[in-house]
Amino acid sequence: MTAPTPSQTVGPFFGFALPFEDDADAADGDAGGAIRVEGQVLDGAGEPVPDALVEASEGEQFARCRTDGEGAFHLTLRKPVVSDGAPCFEITVFARGLLRHLHTRLYLPGEEDVNRADRVLQLVDESRRHTLVGSADGDVVHFDIRLQGEGETVFFAL
Amino acid sequence: MSDLDYEPPYLYPDYRSTELRAPRHEPVRLPDEWFHKAPGPAFGRIPVGAEDADLTRRHRGEPLGERIIIHGRVLDGDGQAVRNTLVEVWQANAAGRYVDPVDDHDAPLDPNFTGAGRCLTDDAGFYRFVTVKPGAYPWRNHLNAWRPAHVHFSLFGPALASRLITQMYFPGDPLIPLDPILSSIPDPRGRELLIARLDLDTTIPEWALGYRWDIVLRGRRATPAEA
Repeated sequence: MTAPTPSQTVGPFFGFALPFEDDADAADGDAGGAIRVEGQVLDGAGEPVPDALVEASEGEQFARCRTDGEGAFHLTLRKPVVSDGAPCFEITVFARGLLRHLHTRLYLPGEEDVNRADRVLQLVDESRRHTLVGSADGDVVHFDIRLQGEGETVFFAL
Repeated sequence: MSDLDYEPPYLYPDYRSTELRAPRHEPVRLPDEWFHKAPGPAFGRIPVGAEDADLTRRHRGEPLGERIIIHGRVLDGDGQAVRNTLVEVWQANAAGRYVDPVDDHDAPLDPNFTGAGRCLTDDAGFYRFVTVKPGAYPWRNHLNAWRPAHVHFSLFGPALASRLITQMYFPGDPLIPLDPILSSIPDPRGRELLIARLDLDTTIPEWALGYRWDIVLRGRRATPAEA
């Protein structure tokens, strides 16, 4: 019997347990190639989700950030070096009210050619692809995660 | 996925917080070969020390409550041990109160209990925590809603698809059938997978009751021959 253990919500009370020192920074923000990502997690009414946990990973990089009272999170990551496809980060979202976590991807602005050719993005309906691509905001990549409703972020089943 | 898939849905109206947070679109399914290849997150930056597995010894004194040991094995879908993987746990104290500042339940904090722990699985995939049994606590989902006693678990496993956050419950808890969060799992066999069993082999006589709870991570499809 090898059925996977079912998921349950992370609940609202993980903030004393899961954060760790420098958890949101997988890269030194001053180093070349570092990308600062900022965004908000929003619910189906467009309201901020103040108790979400956002994790980003890519290769050996891992970062974790709990959203604040405005639903805002930030991550510092190194731009991935890829030989094939578009550079992107795997993003996982946990929250009270999410019985299972959500998996999405953050693709980067200014990479239109490789993004267009990316085989995962090509699986996504063209009208929704933009939800997976961050927007350039000065030196920051802005990436909101809309759990539900208008502009709902594309999530993936693995 | 296979018949042996007991995951809860995203939208489960009895658990009210799902209503505005469950996506309405179906997730886009990635091809199997992609997820077999996808590496798991490297969690090496998360600090874990030997003392982090004993939640009763993080303060000057011992916490109040029923001392327990939670012990089990982490396996992949093929039944193979998942070695050297991070297990994070957190829980309420014996009075049903979390240290977390978000928790405003009118029950006492215990100055000798934080309720967070970490460990790595050993070469045979086993983890082990010493803690106190958490208390039930009220939540505002509906009138007179009480969560059954539970411990939150977070695991990474070998691949992105094996990431899991879930909750472990205690056998015989009369609140279990009343709980919308556990009841969101449609198949009762799936709900059973989240309930530990009393384990006299893990129990240390005159010291602590033992519970056994094994965890199976995704990341490889179970081979049909095993069904």
